[in-house]
Amino acid sequence: MNATAVAMRTGSTKTRAKRRIDGTSLFDGDAASKGYALNAMCFSFNDAANRAAFVADEDAYCAHFGLSPLQRAAVADRNVLAMIEAGGNIYYLAKLAGIFGLSVQDVGAQQTGMGVAAFKQMLLDQAEG
Amino acid sequence: MAQILGGVLTSHVPAIGGAIARGLQQDPYWRPFFDGFAPVHRWLNSQKPDVAVVFYNDHGLNFFLDQMPTFAVGAAADYRNDDEGWGLPVMKDMPGAQTLAWHIIEHLVAEEFDITMCQDMLIDHAVTVPFQLAWPGVEQWPVKLVPIAINTVQHPLPSPKRCLALGRAVAKAISSWESDETVMIMGTGGLSHQLDGERAGFLNPDYDRFCLDQIGPNPDALTGHSAVDIIELAGSQGIEILNWIAARGAMGATVHEVSRNYHIPISNTAAATMLLETDAAICVAEAA
Repeated sequence: MNATAVAMRTGSTKTRAKRRIDGTSLFDGDAASKGYALNAMCFSFNDAANRAAFVADEDAYCAHFGLSPLQRAAVADRNVLAMIEAGGNIYYLAKLAGIFGLSVQDVGAQQTGMGVAAFKQMLLDQAEG
Repeated sequence: MAQILGGVLTSHVPAIGGAIARGLQQDPYWRPFFDGFAPVHRWLNSQKPDVAVVFYNDHGLNFFLDQMPTFAVGAAADYRNDDEGWGLPVMKDMPGAQTLAWHIIEHLVAEEFDITMCQDMLIDHAVTVPFQLAWPGVEQWPVKLVPIAINTVQHPLPSPKRCLALGRAVAKAISSWESDETVMIMGTGGLSHQLDGERAGFLNPDYDRFCLDQIGPNPDALTGHSAVDIIELAGSQGIEILNWIAARGAMGATVHEVSRNYHIPISNTAAATMLLETDAAICVAEAA
């Protein structure tokens, strides 16, 4: 293969290095593709009947939406970071958290490894003077 | 021609809707935020706009990832709110400003903004919470709505520069609308906050202050950052400042700051409210 072909191949297939922000995932095309089933299930929870169906038979409900094994395990573990790793987006995951009665402080505390009281205090401590 | 009076930029945290439902406006936790609306109420009471053009982001009530428009303009006769899944009361319908909406759509496409047009569109807390804050306890909403949704969820996100340009094109559209009606602009969401990831709870008062200081007199200053830069500076959901940037563009070239309020925290958010008015608003007030 000559140099030009390599350069063209590199140019056409290599994606730009992804931007990294500590403790933050960017919900890009890769994440959205990976997370589609999980997010679709969460989107369905806008409907009260669907929330009730999930509570009544979580396994069957997750199977209906075709969750991947990683997604199913993350949901079973109520592990928000694992759901995000599996492509979940927080706007949709919030609807799942609502079924469990979790507030965004509860979800924040879980992801940061803090207690809920410590997480709330951390928010307060960021107020100016 | 229609007049743009200015408008309101405000956080739309769902918990604010919960606090309203429970009557907690004077509670010590909530009062510092709700008190920021006293000047807004006085202004709305004197200006009495006919239409609100609202820039906001949908949180998975109307739009899912199956079809995600970058910019979506509502042109419905009326708009319904609905169950978002986590317990906010469903708000009453909002009447649409359908003639203006189509006029804006015509103008935007002529200006080469390839928007999505929606005649059936649920509106979520990002519209209903600001409406409840602006007009607490009303029987009927006193304005007709043109909702303009900006994608702040699925990357790639529109750039701040493009959002400002969109807003400016909306301002030109409103200003060329042959009508005696008066129009206010709303931009909802923000300021800094992040709900997801190990950095959940991140806030950035310095960046928020920069936005509050610059958005009125110098909105182009906010376009020096990319959308991803803003996520780094303001948190994953702090990107909702895109709605403020577009709304500021839609207010026209010159605005005057009437009031601002900034309070940490409301839920996980650095909450802010800013009221800006144009020279058209001052004229209305003096004529009254």
